[in-house]
Amino acid sequence: MFRVPFPAIGLLLFGSLVMSPARSDELRDLYFGEALFYAHRGLWFDALERLDTEIQQHDGVDEPELDSLYYHIDDAEFALGDFELRYRMHHRAGRAIRAVLEGDVDELVRNDAAYRLARLHFQKGQYADAQQALGRIQGKIPAAIRDDIEFLRGNILLAEGRPAEAADILEQLQDSAGFGGFAAYNLGIALLQDGQQQAARDQLDKAGRIVSDDPAVLAIRDKSNLVLGTVLLESDQYAEAGAAFNRVRLDGPFANQALLSAGWAAMSTDQIEKAVVPWSILAEREVTDAATQEAMLALPYAYGKLDVHGRAATYYGRALDSFGIEVDRLNESIVSIREGKFLEALVREEIRHDKDWIIRLREMPQTPETYYLMDLLATHDFQTGLQNYLDLADLRKKFLAWQWSLDSFDDMVAIRHDHYEPLLPEVDQKFRELDSRLRLRIEQHRILTRRLHDMLTTPRPEFLATRDERAILARIEDLETRLLNPDDPAEETLRQRIRRVKGVLTWTLETEYHARLTRFDANLRSLNEAMAVAHEQNEAYVRARQAATHSYVGYDKPVERLRVRVRQATEEVELMMARQGHLLEVVAIEALVARRSRLENYRDKARFALADSYDRATQAQARRDLAP
Amino acid sequence: MLTFLRIVMIALLVGGPAGVSVAQELSGDDMRSLDDQVQEIKSDVLSIASELNNLEERLLYPSNTQVAVFIAIARDETFRLDAVQIEIDGELAAHHIYSFNELEALKKGGVQRIYTGNVTTGEHQMSIAVIGKLKNGDDFTQSDTIAFAKKVEPKILGVTLTGSGISVGDW
Repeated sequence: MFRVPFPAIGLLLFGSLVMSPARSDELRDLYFGEALFYAHRGLWFDALERLDTEIQQHDGVDEPELDSLYYHIDDAEFALGDFELRYRMHHRAGRAIRAVLEGDVDELVRNDAAYRLARLHFQKGQYADAQQALGRIQGKIPAAIRDDIEFLRGNILLAEGRPAEAADILEQLQDSAGFGGFAAYNLGIALLQDGQQQAARDQLDKAGRIVSDDPAVLAIRDKSNLVLGTVLLESDQYAEAGAAFNRVRLDGPFANQALLSAGWAAMSTDQIEKAVVPWSILAEREVTDAATQEAMLALPYAYGKLDVHGRAATYYGRALDSFGIEVDRLNESIVSIREGKFLEALVREEIRHDKDWIIRLREMPQTPETYYLMDLLATHDFQTGLQNYLDLADLRKKFLAWQWSLDSFDDMVAIRHDHYEPLLPEVDQKFRELDSRLRLRIEQHRILTRRLHDMLTTPRPEFLATRDERAILARIEDLETRLLNPDDPAEETLRQRIRRVKGVLTWTLETEYHARLTRFDANLRSLNEAMAVAHEQNEAYVRARQAATHSYVGYDKPVERLRVRVRQATEEVELMMARQGHLLEVVAIEALVARRSRLENYRDKARFALADSYDRATQAQARRDLAP
Repeated sequence: MLTFLRIVMIALLVGGPAGVSVAQELSGDDMRSLDDQVQEIKSDVLSIASELNNLEERLLYPSNTQVAVFIAIARDETFRLDAVQIEIDGELAAHHIYSFNELEALKKGGVQRIYTGNVTTGEHQMSIAVIGKLKNGDDFTQSDTIAFAKKVEPKILGVTLTGSGISVGDW
C-alpha cells in the first residue's frame, strides 16, 4: 500500500564519491578511478571486478601505507558495498557495509553505512534487523540523508504493523523537501491502518492537494486521491468519493482506475448519466487495461439502467467482440511464452539499451504477452527475477568470451614455447661463457679496489709502477740474486750501478706516487662505471631470460583450472537461467491465465447481458409499436 | 452485477490484479531462493574474472615490460572531449572516440585506462593528441609529447586533460 521512493539503492556514498575525492587531481590510485569509470557508466560487474582485485592486492601488500589505494581505502570499501548493491549482490553488500560499520571510520560515514544496511534489510523484509541497523545511528548524521532515515524508520514501523508509531514519525516529515508528498501519503495510510478513519481521510485529502510539478509527487497525489475516494466509497460517502476521484489527473498512471471508480461513485447515488461520462472515456482507452475492460461492461450496464437498451446492446456487443479478441490474444500470448519467445525478447540487447525498455516491450509485435504483463513486470519479485535472468544471460556471454581467451592463451603459450625452446640452449651457452668472463673481471676489479684502499692507508709506490718499471724492477731483483760474491770488486761495481738504477726508479716511483695514485683512482672510477654497466646488462639479460621462460612456462595448470571453473560456472548459469526463466514464464502464464479467466467471465456476462438487452430493446420497441 | 463489478474494482485498486497477486505469492519464495543462488554465482564469477585478469596480465603484460596509460579530465572542465590518440615511440598505441556515457563518467571523476601494452626498459616517448569542443562551440585540438623512462616495475602514466592543456603524471 505504501511506497518507498528510493531513487537508487546505495547511491549515497557513491554520489559523494562522484562529487569529491575521485578527481584526477586528488586521486592517488588510478585503478580505483578506473573502477569508478565503470561504475559511472552502470557497468557494475566491471566496476566490481576492478575494485575487488585492487582491494585484494592492497590487503596482500606488506606495507599498505606505501600502496596508492591506502589514501582511498575507506572510500573504496564503501564503494565496493555500493557496487555490490547495484549489482544486486545483497549478501556481499551487507557484509561490506557491516565491515565499514565495524571499521575505524568517521561518524558520518558510519551512520551513512548503518542507514544503507537498514534499507537493505527493509527491502528484504527483515524489519527487526532494519530497526537494529537504524539503532546504530548515533551522533552526526549526513545532512543529505536525515529525512531518508526518518522516512525509512516510518516505513519500517508501518511494515511491522505499528502504524501509530509510524504516523508520529511521518508527521515530522510533512515539510520535507524530498519526501513531502510521499510522507503525506504514507501518513494517510498509517492513520488508516491505525483505525483513525477521519484523520486518515483528512490526511489523504491533504496529500491529494499537494502542489508540485514533480511527476513522482503528482503520481503520489493521484494515488492519495484514488485511495481517499475508495475509502469514501466504501463508507457510502459517494459524493465526496466522486470529488476525490475527479481530482486524479486524466493522463496520470491512476487515471483509468479513477475514471472507473468515479463512475461507480455516481452509480451509487443513482446519478447514472453522470456515471456514463467517465466510463465512456475509459471504454475508449487501451483495451488491455483491466479498468478499461471493466468499463466496457459497466457502460452498457449504465445505459441499460437508463432504459437505452438498444445502445446498451450495441456496447455489450462491442465488449463481447473485444473480449473475444483479447481472450484470443491472451491465448496467443500464453502459447508464445510457452515457446520461449518472452524470454528471447527480454534478452534482446537493442531493447535493454533503452532505460524504458520494459515499456518498449509493449510496442513489440513479437511479444504480445507483454500487453498484459505490465503490472506483473512492475512487481518487486518479478523485477528481481527478471534482472537476475538478464544478469545470468550477460554472464553466459562473458563465459563464451573467456573460453575464447583461454584458448588464445593456450595458442600463445604454445607459440612462445616453440619459438624459445630451440633458441634458449645456445643462448644459455653463450651467456655462461660471457658470465664466467664477467665474473673474472669482477674479481680483478675487486682486487684493484682493495689495493687502492690499502694504498690509501699504507703508501705502496711499487704498486703503481708501469709495466716497463715492473720489468726493470724484476730485472734488478734477478741481477741482485745473481751477484753472489760480496768480495768480488767487479760485482761490487755492478751492485753500485744496480743501486743507482734502483735509486732512480725509486725516485721516480716516490715522486710520481701521488699523481699516479690520482690517475689510478680516476681510472678505477671509470672502471666502476663500466663494471656497473656490465653488471646491469648481465642482470637485464637474466631478467629477459627469466621473462622468456615465464612467458610460456607454468600456465598449463592455471589455464586448465580456469577452464574447468568457467565450464562449471557456465553449467551452473545455464541451469539457473533455465530455472529462473521457467519461473518467470510460469508466473507470467499464471498472470495471463488469471486475466483470461476474468475476461471469459466478463464475456459470459456480456453475452447474457447482450441477450437481455436485445429482449428489453425488442420489448420496448413492441410497446412503442403498440402504443396509440 | 453491480456488486460483482464493484468487488472486482476494489480488488483492482487495493490489491492489484487478483491473478498477479496469486502468481506473485506462489512465486515469491522461489524467486527469493533463486536470487540467493544467483548471488552466489555472481560472487564465484567475480572470483573467476579476477583470476583470469591476473593470468592475462602475467601472460600479456609482464611487469618488466608493462606500460599503462590512463585518461582523466580535470575538475570543473566544461569542454567536450571527442577523441584521444596515444602514440608510443611513434607507434599508434590507442585511439578512442568518446561516447556521451563515457564522457560523463570521466567528468564525474572516473579514470579510463586507455592503453595497456609492453615496452622495453629504457627511455621512451609518448605523444598525446586530443580533439574536442569548447563550451563556446569552438573546436580545439591539443597535442603534447613527453619522455618517460621504463624500469623494471610496471609503468603507469596518468594523463589529465583540461581545456587549455595536457599534463602527465607518473604513478
